[in-house]
Amino acid sequence: MKITNTVKTIKLLAILFISAITFTACSEDDHDDHDDHDHEEEVITTLNYTLTSGSDVVTLTYRDLDGEGGNEGVTTVSGSLSANTTYAGAIELLNETESPAENMTEEIEEEDDEHEFFFTSTVTGLTISKTDVDGNGNPLGLETSLTSGAAGSGSITVVLKHEPTKPNDGTSASAGGSTDIEVTFNVTVQ
Amino acid sequence: MQKIFFLCIALFLIHINTAAQNCNFNFRGKVTDFHVDTPIIGASIQLLNLNKFTTSNLDGFFEFKGLCEGKIELEIQHIACETRKITIHLKNNLFKEIFLEHHLEELNEVIVTTNTKTTTTSIEQTIKEDVLENYTDKSLGDALKSISGVSSLNTGSTIVKPMIHGLHSSRVLIINNNVRLFDQEWGDEHAPNFDLNSSNRIDVIKGANTLKYGNDAIGGLILIRGKKYAAKDSVFGKSSISLNSNGFGGNINTEIVKTYSTGYYGKFQTSYKRFGDFRAPNYYLTNTGMENLNASLRFGYNSFEKGFEAYYSLVNNNFGILQLSHIGNVNDLVQAINSSEPRNTEDFSHKIENPKQTILHHLGKIEAYKRFKGFGKLSVQYDFQLNRRKEYDLGRGNRENTPVIDLRLFTTSIQPNLHIDFLPNVKFDIGLLGRFQQNNAVAGTRSRPLIPDYEKIDAAVYSIGNYKIDETTEINAGIRYDYSSIDANKTYLLADWKKYNFDQLFPEFEGEIDNTRIKTNPKFTFHNVSASLNFSKRWKNELTFLINYGLGNRVPNPSELYSDGVHHSNARFEIGYLNIKKEIANKFNLSLERKNDDFGFIISPYYKRINGFIQLIPTGITTTIKGAFPVWEYDQVDAQIFGIDIDINKKINSQLDYLGNISLIKGENITQDIPLIHMPSTNFSNRIVYTNKQWHDLTFSLRNTTVLRQNDYPNYNFNTFNPTTQQEVFVDISSPTPAYSLFDFSASATLKTSHKGSLKLEFNIENILNVSYREYLNRFRFFADELGRNLNIKIKINY
Repeated sequence: MKITNTVKTIKLLAILFISAITFTACSEDDHDDHDDHDHEEEVITTLNYTLTSGSDVVTLTYRDLDGEGGNEGVTTVSGSLSANTTYAGAIELLNETESPAENMTEEIEEEDDEHEFFFTSTVTGLTISKTDVDGNGNPLGLETSLTSGAAGSGSITVVLKHEPTKPNDGTSASAGGSTDIEVTFNVTVQ
Repeated sequence: MQKIFFLCIALFLIHINTAAQNCNFNFRGKVTDFHVDTPIIGASIQLLNLNKFTTSNLDGFFEFKGLCEGKIELEIQHIACETRKITIHLKNNLFKEIFLEHHLEELNEVIVTTNTKTTTTSIEQTIKEDVLENYTDKSLGDALKSISGVSSLNTGSTIVKPMIHGLHSSRVLIINNNVRLFDQEWGDEHAPNFDLNSSNRIDVIKGANTLKYGNDAIGGLILIRGKKYAAKDSVFGKSSISLNSNGFGGNINTEIVKTYSTGYYGKFQTSYKRFGDFRAPNYYLTNTGMENLNASLRFGYNSFEKGFEAYYSLVNNNFGILQLSHIGNVNDLVQAINSSEPRNTEDFSHKIENPKQTILHHLGKIEAYKRFKGFGKLSVQYDFQLNRRKEYDLGRGNRENTPVIDLRLFTTSIQPNLHIDFLPNVKFDIGLLGRFQQNNAVAGTRSRPLIPDYEKIDAAVYSIGNYKIDETTEINAGIRYDYSSIDANKTYLLADWKKYNFDQLFPEFEGEIDNTRIKTNPKFTFHNVSASLNFSKRWKNELTFLINYGLGNRVPNPSELYSDGVHHSNARFEIGYLNIKKEIANKFNLSLERKNDDFGFIISPYYKRINGFIQLIPTGITTTIKGAFPVWEYDQVDAQIFGIDIDINKKINSQLDYLGNISLIKGENITQDIPLIHMPSTNFSNRIVYTNKQWHDLTFSLRNTTVLRQNDYPNYNFNTFNPTTQQEVFVDISSPTPAYSLFDFSASATLKTSHKGSLKLEFNIENILNVSYREYLNRFRFFADELGRNLNIKIKINY
């Protein structure tokens, strides 16, 4: 009896030990000890807001090449806007950690009902209206119409909301959702 | 010790083969204590079918004369001692030494069900099986909150981290069936991966008797233990079902145990839990459902001299995270803080969508022991754990199915322990630990991993001695040395590496620079010496006084060292620092206890001084394409935490009992002379229980729990500029929530179905008054109220 017990015990221990090793050796996932996390990041590094009125093109750019953290993003404005002019505005989003840069605008287009841009400006007389709509006929904001008033200066803030309430009263505050982009450009109108 | 010998009354049963002719043999013997190798005096010995009795003399000797030749079966039985069977063939005169065992608690469930402490000098409290069963569809943290001094750090209502004396995560060790749980426990929103239904008993050690398990139990230790089963041929089990109105879900659990008289036993247990969206009094908490599948298997062989146990447990958790808690930047947070009600709430659903966490945790161990006569017990344990945590965020397109955090943590350890118990009043434990841990930040998350790949090696040696000065006084002292080394591979943003000044402090860790990034290989080693000194004194009137002192060291965890990036599920930027040093804690616990059903109490003050206390605090904002983003940084201060836990029970009459407890705690950041963040506020509970033993154990219980406002909090509020509204906004992330008071009711009755089986019916109401409240220690206090009223029915069957 004693001997059989011992044998039984050894057998059980052996089975368990082997199963434990098997378990750890081939866990349910790919075994990748040396992961390369370097070129997998998918972030929006760059926002280009291009305003075109004939040959008058002004580009507002926010660029943060190392993404969140690290160096802070840089805003550049290619020039000043002309007074009392209507510009066609187009938003482009890029992931410039990739080479060539990955176009992230398409992601918004594909899920246009879950996104909306909001534009506010402190420049007197400057208005921005959305000219495109999503699949449900609600404003989207990838395409806009900017009308400038008299000369002056101030800022333009571009906000992208993810999963906002649509339709809403046109302000980002009432739309809720979570903020995916919030960048501010200092502009002058002359 | 002699008392125990007298208690050990041996019964011998000798069956004599009547076919034998020679009836002139003498059978002499000696009864000896296995541990200390001393004679057992005054054991009464009986030969049943011959109606013969004898008693062992002062030297433990006994003698039977005139026995016939043949097979003799001896059964040795005595109160509070082991039952042994010995078969001998009597052919000649025989002398036999028989070893008896009085350490019954090692073998029999009878003792385990009574309230024995892990050690006499330990300051601890226990939750027994019958109480644990009430929490079948709750979490470990919920169950432990019924103990004074234990609170919880919550993320919503399903992710509950136990907190002992205001400390949690890496400072609270969770030991599941003798295996220290490693499940990325550093994270505030990482609940212990443990199924309450798999345990029979949980001890919370608040004092210092923790060196056997680790050097870093600065908060305390949670010891989850299985049952010991008696060696008899039996099969039994239990099943339960619990249904709830809030969350429209519940739990089913079943377990079955098979035991054999040979000492073998096996237990299988499985449970399944499912909830949909929970409801605050005024709205549904969208996406707070959960799904949970657990199973555990235990089998082994138990005899006095040797035995083994194998244990395996699988926990598969799937937690929905309150959708409203997903914020993009500080302005979203401010909007959430300033709106009294969540901005858009949806109807009830059982669906679990993003954001969510899915965690799979395997835990397995094998333990074997052997006792050596007149020396002690040697045991060896090997264990392994595999934890896979995936956190999903609200994402665009196919990113919904890509986790933003994906970590695989593998831990394995081997622990030999030698328990020396041959000396009458002194016992020693000497043990070793070897542990290897590997973390893999699995690729494919499309974001920079917050916790890097690392390998960690731990080795430890400890020695704990217990000296019984007299029958009522014991002293226990221990010392432990720990070696830890951690070797990580992390890619930093070059700008951050320079900003944190790591290029000056740690040039030796630098590797290849690739554009904006730098590969680094930070390596650290730590040497720690920890100690404990504990004393207990018992008086005749059931009064016990205990004093515990512990010196603990905690090595910074990977999150504290290496965090650097967005923690998506927390919507904050978290920064750890490579120059964070270890924490050194001196803790003092006192306890005055009276164990008595008529009037009992535990009064337990404590003081902890922690040098280099590592805390995660909000420090401001960083500007990203999302706008201003909250930043939380780890820093180190000197801290002290002190308080008192009081528990009282009083019998009002034969059917009514009063139970009450109160916890007072204060945590101070001495370096800056401000309170510590996230300290539990004063809380107390009062409970009246009516029990009718005559009629199906009918029980009614009404409980009030009151949590006061935390008035001692550090002010980390700040202002930020909202460019949309062109206003400075105040970000109030520090102010605590108001006080609240809740009532719970429960009723139960037990029906006997057979001589072993029973059926227990239970009805509970939680938050009877449907109070809307928020809790300071819930990380989602900015976003939504806590749960409203819940009706619960439980049916439990024992068979």
